[in-house]
Amino acid sequence: MIEQGYNFGYLDENTKRMIRRALLKAVALPGYQVPFGSREMPLPYGWGTGGIQLTASVIGPDDTLKVIDQGADDTTNAVSIRRFFHRVTGVATTERTAEATIIQTRHRVPEATLGEHQILVYQVPMPEPLFRLEPRVAETRRMHALADYGLMHVKLYEDIARHGAVTTSYNYPVMVNQRYLMSPSPIPAFDNPKLDRMPALQLFGAGREKRLYAVPPYTPVRSLDFEDHPFVPVRADAACVICGSRASYLDELIVDDGGTRHFVCSDTDYCASRPPLQEDAA
Amino acid sequence: MITAGFNDPVLDSQRCFRAVLDAMSRPGRIHRLPALPEAPAPLNPAAAAVLLTLVDADTPVWLDQPEAADWLRFHAGCPVAAEPGAVPFALAAGAMPALASLCQGSEEEPHLAATLLVQVAALRAGQGWRLAGPGIEHEHRLEVVGLPADFLAQWAANQARFPRGVDLVLCAGDQLACLPRSVQITEG
Amino acid sequence: MYVAVKGGERAIGNAHAWLDETRRGDPALPELSVQQVEQQLGLAVDRVMAEGSCHDRGLAALAVKQAKGDLIEAAFLLRAYRTTLARFGTSEPVETGAMRIQRRISATYKDLPGGQVLGPTFDYTHRLLDFALAAEREAVPPAAEAEADPTPMPRVTELLAREGLMRREPADTTEPPDLTREPMRFPTSRAGWLQALARGDEGFLLGLGYSTQRGYGNSHPFAGEIRMGEVTVEFTPPELGFAIELGEITVTECQMVNQFAGSKSEPPQFTRGYGLVFGHGERKAMAMALVDRGLRAEELGEPAEAPAQSQEFVLYHCDNVEATGFVEHLKLPHYVDFQSELEKIRTLRKGGGA
Repeated sequence: MIEQGYNFGYLDENTKRMIRRALLKAVALPGYQVPFGSREMPLPYGWGTGGIQLTASVIGPDDTLKVIDQGADDTTNAVSIRRFFHRVTGVATTERTAEATIIQTRHRVPEATLGEHQILVYQVPMPEPLFRLEPRVAETRRMHALADYGLMHVKLYEDIARHGAVTTSYNYPVMVNQRYLMSPSPIPAFDNPKLDRMPALQLFGAGREKRLYAVPPYTPVRSLDFEDHPFVPVRADAACVICGSRASYLDELIVDDGGTRHFVCSDTDYCASRPPLQEDAA
Repeated sequence: MITAGFNDPVLDSQRCFRAVLDAMSRPGRIHRLPALPEAPAPLNPAAAAVLLTLVDADTPVWLDQPEAADWLRFHAGCPVAAEPGAVPFALAAGAMPALASLCQGSEEEPHLAATLLVQVAALRAGQGWRLAGPGIEHEHRLEVVGLPADFLAQWAANQARFPRGVDLVLCAGDQLACLPRSVQITEG
Repeated sequence: MYVAVKGGERAIGNAHAWLDETRRGDPALPELSVQQVEQQLGLAVDRVMAEGSCHDRGLAALAVKQAKGDLIEAAFLLRAYRTTLARFGTSEPVETGAMRIQRRISATYKDLPGGQVLGPTFDYTHRLLDFALAAEREAVPPAAEAEADPTPMPRVTELLAREGLMRREPADTTEPPDLTREPMRFPTSRAGWLQALARGDEGFLLGLGYSTQRGYGNSHPFAGEIRMGEVTVEFTPPELGFAIELGEITVTECQMVNQFAGSKSEPPQFTRGYGLVFGHGERKAMAMALVDRGLRAEELGEPAEAPAQSQEFVLYHCDNVEATGFVEHLKLPHYVDFQSELEKIRTLRKGGGA
């Protein structure tokens, strides 16, 4: 049953049109952060208001929505957002990655390869990849205009000089179509290669920071690295205790006072769709 | 007499938006719009649907022929501008204005560039131009009937201005295809 | 397994039921009515209206009740409601010079036309807990009343300006930006930042304003004038073409008078910092005026090095609905990112550059 008294998708039509216009410009400018008139939502800033506004502007009655947080459909915030959309649109929801036409995510890219008929909507806390190095937005805007990313290269280089490796393990910066430096949102660096030439459209929404951006299908997305220090996606060197996967990204669980660690798949749908306990060849 | 707009303004504009979003995301791919208003001359149905989907009181629109201005004002509530140079949306039912004459955005704010809707005689897939760039796996082919003879030269200049530059929505009958400024076009 | 974050729908439902129960408190006691909140916790209601940027005492009182007295949560509730409202237009600027005064004080003149009016203030109360309030009292005896003084009350800054000692503000006829509809662009106009400060967090502005008094951006302020009372709100419907009166709202205005050394093109003179908030919000209006003056450093050719003089620093961080959301989002699960950090640190400690 759709909530009475609110428009389809909660947002009013003027707001949707404003966001839709911004989305089209974002698609035409892969990786560029488009400022938009982000609205106050009935959920707190920092809890997915950007992703929610994008999903609300895109979604229609024919869609099937999946919402994940940390890769899982049953984390409390994912449940809350999925319930919100069910209330304000009445659309079908699913936990199956393959069945979804829109997937809203926080912090993960699903393990399954996404198709052309799908849209992946990321919730983004800080859209500016340079913000730790230069907090002034007016300055970073200038850097993007000039494609002046020296600050970031110096940071990565200093990491390597000091630690022998890049110390960034999530929210690892990427170059989109060889032009714009982009934050992939705080996904683990393990997920970065999935962004490259993905068949699905990827949309990124930062509500509090009032910016959105996009990566069109099949667009080159390269994680920053150096020839002698190539980018390496990292996962725990272990197998999922439920499905045995040695390929998926794992959550680490402490299961007793002795600190015994178990690992399970972060992507719950991926894990559930595999036959249980078939240990892969290492 | 003002003809009808969308039958269901909320859901029809959502469906049209998805078609435009997919067309902009996959340059050159032709979409048939799923919901159409009763477009008044000289608008074709696809162009009329795109305008109703995207424009409102916040977006002045320039029309090369003024006949549809009342219809647009009535259904979208948008201001109709006299000059094309500063508007976010422009529509050419007749001859396409020079791309360089439209708002290009700035290096710092390239999203402020115009979107130009061009009504063309026909769109055909699988032949004609070869398109490459973001949104295209290997190559898209697109033939457009009814653009000015120097279009490819204008497009090359538009593309060279990236990230500044105009984005195009080509409309024929109830079909459309998009050319975002990021796409490279070569003759087939 | 891992109940804390995999609670799902039932856990959320249970948590909300518990919240409702704790809001009500002991059912043996009478329930607080929204009218009681509105009447008896008026300054809380005023603050929620100001930071929620929506002038509606009833809705603000409801928000205070629903939020169990958490005023930032209440402001958030009001904002989320506000964004769903249709927008009919923009009011005419309110004329605070014509305010029906409840309180008006100046720290710069001992006496001035219209005089000093203390009004309902905590000033000069001794902060001794009043145990008589703990017992439910009989009706409060009415305060002494007098006929309103018909003398017009010119603004102090205007008196100085007439003498040429107060810098005249350049007239700005451009349409002010609307930060609820479009993102702020930097540098922003004074109209833009005053808008952000008017709904900014009282505590944040208080701290920043205080910092300007302690040398972080010297401003040498005097409280030229603080006034609180009712102003008329007018609206011009396009179809009528003339202004009609919508009603009255209570606002607090503060004009700080600050030193200015002068520049090559301007003689030494005073400059002003301005604060205006919904309701009776004197601390907020004063803090806002201090910060406004701080933000004018660049315009007045002063060095702009202190936090209160940085537009981006002040305006990106003064909104408590944004700030509370982002600070509190840290309690959402982050174990995917934390896991990637664990693996990274383990690898680095092994000495293997991954």
